[in-house]
Amino acid sequence: MTDAILRMRGITKAFPAVKALQDVDLEVRRGEIHAICGENGAGKSTLMKVLSGVHPHGSYSGEIEFEGEPCRFSGIRDSERRGIVIIHQELALSPYLSIAENIFLGNERRGRFGLIDWNRTNAEAARLLERVGLRENPVTPAMDLGVGKQQLVEIAKALSKRVKLLILDEPTAALNDADSEHLLDLLRGLRAEGITCVIISHKLNEIRAVADRTTILRDGRTIETLDMRGDVSEDRIISGMVGRDLDQRFPARVPDVGAEVLRIEDWTVHSPAQHDRVVVDRASLTLRRGEIVGLAGLMGAGRTELAMSVFGRSYGTGISGRIYKHGREIRIRTVTDAIRHGIAYATEDRKTYGLNLIEDVRRNVSAAGLRGLARAGWVDAGREYAVAERYRKEMNIKTPSVLTPAGELSGGNQQKVVLSKWMFTDADVLILDEPTRGIDVGAKYEIYSIINRMADQGRAVLVISSELPELIGICDRVYAMAEGRITGEVSRADATPERLMQLMTQTET
Amino acid sequence: MSSVAPADRAVTPPPAERPKAGRALPVNLRQSGIYVAFGMIVALFAVLTDGQLLSPQNISNIIVQNSYILILSIGMIMVIIGGHIDLSVGSVVAVTGAIAAGLMVNHDVPWPAAILVTLLAGAAIGAWQGYWIAYFEIPAFIVTLAGMLVFRALTLTILGNQGIGPFPDEVRTIANGFLPGYLGNIGLGPLGGADLFTLLMAVVLVTGYVGIGWRNRQGRIRHGQKVEPLPVFAAKNALAVVVVVFMAVQLARFKNMPWVLVLLGVLVLGSTLVMNRAVFGRHVYALGGNPLAARLSGIKVKSVSFWLFVNMGVLSAVAGIVFAGRLNQAGPTAGNMFELDAIAAAFIGGAAVQGGVGKVVGAITGGLIMGVINNGMSLLGAPSERVMLIKGLVLLAAVAFDIWAKRRAGTAR
Repeated sequence: MTDAILRMRGITKAFPAVKALQDVDLEVRRGEIHAICGENGAGKSTLMKVLSGVHPHGSYSGEIEFEGEPCRFSGIRDSERRGIVIIHQELALSPYLSIAENIFLGNERRGRFGLIDWNRTNAEAARLLERVGLRENPVTPAMDLGVGKQQLVEIAKALSKRVKLLILDEPTAALNDADSEHLLDLLRGLRAEGITCVIISHKLNEIRAVADRTTILRDGRTIETLDMRGDVSEDRIISGMVGRDLDQRFPARVPDVGAEVLRIEDWTVHSPAQHDRVVVDRASLTLRRGEIVGLAGLMGAGRTELAMSVFGRSYGTGISGRIYKHGREIRIRTVTDAIRHGIAYATEDRKTYGLNLIEDVRRNVSAAGLRGLARAGWVDAGREYAVAERYRKEMNIKTPSVLTPAGELSGGNQQKVVLSKWMFTDADVLILDEPTRGIDVGAKYEIYSIINRMADQGRAVLVISSELPELIGICDRVYAMAEGRITGEVSRADATPERLMQLMTQTET
Repeated sequence: MSSVAPADRAVTPPPAERPKAGRALPVNLRQSGIYVAFGMIVALFAVLTDGQLLSPQNISNIIVQNSYILILSIGMIMVIIGGHIDLSVGSVVAVTGAIAAGLMVNHDVPWPAAILVTLLAGAAIGAWQGYWIAYFEIPAFIVTLAGMLVFRALTLTILGNQGIGPFPDEVRTIANGFLPGYLGNIGLGPLGGADLFTLLMAVVLVTGYVGIGWRNRQGRIRHGQKVEPLPVFAAKNALAVVVVVFMAVQLARFKNMPWVLVLLGVLVLGSTLVMNRAVFGRHVYALGGNPLAARLSGIKVKSVSFWLFVNMGVLSAVAGIVFAGRLNQAGPTAGNMFELDAIAAAFIGGAAVQGGVGKVVGAITGGLIMGVINNGMSLLGAPSERVMLIKGLVLLAAVAFDIWAKRRAGTAR
C-alpha cells in the first residue's frame, strides 16, 4: 500500500463571476500515474494552478499537503522547490534560446563569479536529454524542434529540477501518434524511477493505457476516483464526466427550419505553425434557415480552426474544400468576402478578437457594417447613434450609454455588443464561438434568447460550445468534432451528453 | 496545439465582470489636460518675457515658424492613431523641398506644376513606405527608419551638398507671406489699425465653433445622452473664443492673416472631418484600437495602413514646400529632427503609444506647446541645449500624465 504523496482537501477557488472549484479533494499516491479528467471548465487546470502556486496561498481555501508537510505556496518557485513541477498545455519554451538554455532557464548552472558555466550546462543537458530519449544537440534552438520534441525538452527541464511530482496538462494534445506513444512510454519510465505523475487529459484511450487511477471532476467538484487497474471502460469514465441533469436554463423555442443556407464540404486545414499537421480533416456540414446547429468538441478538436478558416481564411494554411451558399459554390478569400456573402463570426475571445475595448459601444456595434451607414465614405453619425441605441434596447445591453467604452461593460454585455455588431451586418449565417464563455447564468439566458431570435428571423446559427448541456438545450442538431474530423451528427431528440462525449472522444483507431 | 484554442478559459473569466462606476469629474481630464497645459505654458512664458510672447509680431512668428511642424503633426497623429510611426518625415521634407527647388529653379517649371509634381512625389514616397509596412508587414519603425536614411541620401544627391534657390515669389508668399488686405483696415482705437478681413474671419470661426458646439450639445440632450453642465460648456467655449479673438486681433494688428494659417486651417478642418466622420477615419481608429478585431470585422487593415502613409507622404511634401519657401532655398540639412517634433506634438496632444486614441486638434495643440516653448525660450535668450532639455521633459511629462490618467480611469485592457 503506497502512501499518499499529495493530499488536497476541500479546495475552493472562486473568481468574480464563477466558482471554479468547490470543495475539491484529491489524493495522489507516491509513484503512481494519476489522471485527472473532466469537461472543459470542470476545474482541472485551476486545480493544478492552485497546486503549483500560480494561484497563491490565500487566493483559495482548503489545504494542500505534500509528502506529509503542509504547503503554502506563494508562487511557482515555492512549489518547484518542493519538487512539484507543472508543464502547461502552452509550452513555456523560449523559441530563440537553445535546448540547454531553456532547460536551465531560471535555474542556471553557475560557475565562478556567478557567471553561467556553459560546459556544465551543456553536459548536464545532454544527460537529461538522454533520460527522456531525445537525441538532439543541446545547442539547437527550441523553435527548430517539433512540438513533440519540445514537450520532451519541457520534461527534461522538470527533471533538472529534481521533480518528485510532475504535472502534465494535456501533454499529448498537440502531438501526433508516434510522439504521443513515446511520451506515454516515457511516463511509464518515470514511474519506474519513482517519480509521481499527474496528467490532465481528455484522451480516454491514453488514460486507460497509462493511468493507475483517475479522478473525475465536474463543475468544480470531485465526482469520483476510479481505480484503473480493473477494466474501466471509456463509457464508465464518460458517464462520470458528464452525468448531469439539464434544468430549465434554456428559453423555449419552436423551430421553423427551412432550406439549406450554407454547406461546407471536405474542408481541410493545416496548421500555420506546422504545415504538415492537419487540424481540420475533410469536415463537412450543412446549415439551414432558421436552424440552430451545435458544434461540440473538446479543446484542440478543430472547431475554432474550422470556423476561422471558413471566415475569410483567417486561420490556417493549405486550406481546401468547398463552400456553398444557397446551393451555389462561393469563394471566400477574405473576411470582407465572408461578410459580403452574409456570413458572420463572433470570436471565441471577445476581448482580443471581437471588440475594440477603448472605443464606445456605438462604434463597436457599427464596426462591421459601416457600409450601410455611410454615403460616399462619410458616416451618418446620427443614424449610427440610432442603430446603437436600437440594439441597446433590443438586446438589453446594460450600459450607462452607447458612448461608454466597451471595455467598461461586463462580460455578458460585451458579448451582446459583439452579437449586435453581427446582427447589424444582416448576416444570414452566424457562427458563434463560445458565445456564453465567462458569462453568468442570468446573462446566459439572455444570450440564448438572442440566439433564438436570430433563428426566428430566418438566420442559420452555428454555435460552437464546450458546454454540452448548452448545446443540447438550444440546438436542433449537434455535430461532434474530434481531432479535426466531424465524427457524427446527433438530432435534438437523440442528443445526450454521453452520446456527444462519445463522439467527441472518438479517436481514429 | 493551435494558437486559437487557449487552455481552459471557462474558469478564468475576464476581470471586468462588473460595470465600472461613472467618471467623477465633469470634465474629461485626459482630454482637456493638454489645453490646460497649453494655457499654463503660454501664461508662464508671457510672464517671463514681459508680455513680448503675446505681441502681434510674435504671435505671427509663432504660427509661421511652426507651420511645417504642425502640418507634419496632422499626418503623424493619424499614423500614430493607426498604431504605426513615421521616422522619415524630416528626410521627406528635405527631399521634396529639393525636388520642388530643382523643378522650379533649375528647370524653370511653372510653380503650380512644380508643386503638383512635388505632391505626387510625396505620395509616391508614402506609397513606397506604405507598401513595405502594410503589405510586406515590416514594422513601420524599421521601414521609416530606413526611409530616413534613404531620403536624406536622395536629398544630397539632388542638391549636391548645396542649397538651391531662390524660389518664385508666389511660393515664398505662401510660406512667409500674408493675405492681401481684402477689406482694408479698421481702427481699433488705442490698439491701432487692424486688418478687417482677419477680424471677420475670426468672428466667423468663433461663431461657427460655438454654434456647432451648441447644436451638438442640443442634439445629444435630445437623444438623452449625458452632456457636461452648462457652466462648464460656457466656460470652455468662452476660453476658446477669448484665445482665438486675441490671436486674431494681434495678427490683424501686425499684418494680415498669414497664408500658412489658411493652409493649416484647411488641413486641420479636413483631417478632423475625415477622422471624425469618414469611414476611413473610423477604420483608422479601429485598426489602432484592436487590429485583430478590426480585421475580423471586415476592415481592410492593409489598405488603411497603406493610405495612412501615402497621406503622410503628401503632407510631408506640403511641409517641404513651405519650409523651403520660408528659407527661400532647399538645403541639404532641411527637416533635421522634424520627425521628433511631430511625434512629440502628437503624443503631447494625447495620442496613445499603442494607437487607437488621439485627435488632430490635440496634435496641433501639442505642436503649439512645443512652438511656444521654442519661441519663448529664444525670446529669453536661452541656449539651444536648454530648450532641448525642456522639450524632452515636457514630452515625458505629457506621456506620463496620459498613462497616469488611464490607470486612474481603470481602463480594462
